[in-house]
Amino acid sequence: MRDYASILPLQLEAVSYRADDCLLLDRIDARFRAGPRSLILGPNGAGKSLLLRICHGLVKPTGGTLCWAVARPHAQAMVFQNPVLLRRSVRANITYALALAGYSRRDRRRRAEQVLEEAGLAPRARHPAAVLSAGEKQKLVLARAWALRPEVLFLDEPTANLDPGATKVIEQTITAMHAAGVKIIMTTHDLGQARRLADEIFFLHRGKLREAGAAETFFTQPGTAEAAAFLRGELVI
Amino acid sequence: MVSDPTTAFAAAWHLVATGDRELYAVVALSLRVSLTALLIATVIGLPLGGALAVYRFPGRGAMIALFDTLMGLPPVVAGLAVYLLLSRAGPLGDYGLLFTPAAMIIAQTILITPIIAALTRQFVEDDWHAYREQLTSLGSGRGRAVPTLLWNCRYSLMTAVLAGLGRAMAEVGAILIVGGNIAGVTRTMTTAIALETSKGDLPFALGLGLVLMVLILTVNGIARLGGLMIQRAGAGYA
Repeated sequence: MRDYASILPLQLEAVSYRADDCLLLDRIDARFRAGPRSLILGPNGAGKSLLLRICHGLVKPTGGTLCWAVARPHAQAMVFQNPVLLRRSVRANITYALALAGYSRRDRRRRAEQVLEEAGLAPRARHPAAVLSAGEKQKLVLARAWALRPEVLFLDEPTANLDPGATKVIEQTITAMHAAGVKIIMTTHDLGQARRLADEIFFLHRGKLREAGAAETFFTQPGTAEAAAFLRGELVI
Repeated sequence: MVSDPTTAFAAAWHLVATGDRELYAVVALSLRVSLTALLIATVIGLPLGGALAVYRFPGRGAMIALFDTLMGLPPVVAGLAVYLLLSRAGPLGDYGLLFTPAAMIIAQTILITPIIAALTRQFVEDDWHAYREQLTSLGSGRGRAVPTLLWNCRYSLMTAVLAGLGRAMAEVGAILIVGGNIAGVTRTMTTAIALETSKGDLPFALGLGLVLMVLILTVNGIARLGGLMIQRAGAGYA
């Protein structure tokens, strides 16, 4: 049990984002509550990654409001589509993040050893992060996020550049993190992945939230023509 | 006087091999001036370039353009500016620095700081575009991002520092104006080469030229080799 107040739910009201004359997100209303794995699904260019960045605070919306239950630093972490790693060792990439989160030098070392062991990266702790394979790099960024003990983890298409074997490992890691109490908010355009991981679906199309609800309902009874076409595998653009 | 190139080379080699005192005094002063200027320029230029890459403020574009322009600052112009500053009638004339090694260090620092700052800005800005979101996500502000990215770009920044060293070691115009090329006091390798060549003493000029080339090659070689060894051993990542 956490001994502090949860930052969830995250409430979005009429969140919009306009760049020049282009409305990239159009009045999104959504509520992310503790528990279910929330997958933001939609074709490329739907605005999924932008919405995730707005939720994480990396991008300010040009309209609407976004409200967490309480504000707490380092309660969220984010994993990007392309793993972003510093030109340091595998271990140093984790201890750097822990230093930013205020861990003491001793605790950084101990926590880094622990998560590297859990991620199966302990034998590579001293290796430069740059020499890891694509799958190992994504495992490392997940381990770095996990090291921070976040309450909410944002994942932006974390397996988009990985082969099926590496994808399976990453999905298992995400499932394990969710089982350990981490709220998962993830984007994907991969229907199979959404079926495997989602408890609830937020379906975006052309910057509009077309559907939001239980994954089972979405997959069996899509409520919009766009969602139905997307599920049929048609080219929804 | 020796005018035949072969004889001049042989005489030059003799001066180098026998450890001619005058020649090595000039070499030592050159190294002292250039390395001190490089140290000061590095201490100023790296954080300045890093901050220019990461922070956004009014006038930033103008500052970047200024540093880019100053990379090509003619040494004689820098020398003249420092001369006016340090001359008896200048604002810093009371310090009596004109025609001393300190004046030469100031002139070289002015010449190489923009090179290091401008190259650092470019390298770090490229990294900032790639790392901005991740660093922000991890809770790093811009202030913390500057040293992080400087360390991240360390191998590229070595090139920036070496470019500064190359400029300092090869420079003659500025230090000739503010140093005065006084034997035993402000005579460096480049000013001595210019002087001895004009006097027709080719062996001494050639000897200094050889030493200068070997020094620059050695420093560059050590820097490159060190960087490679650190990369291969992974020690730089620990």
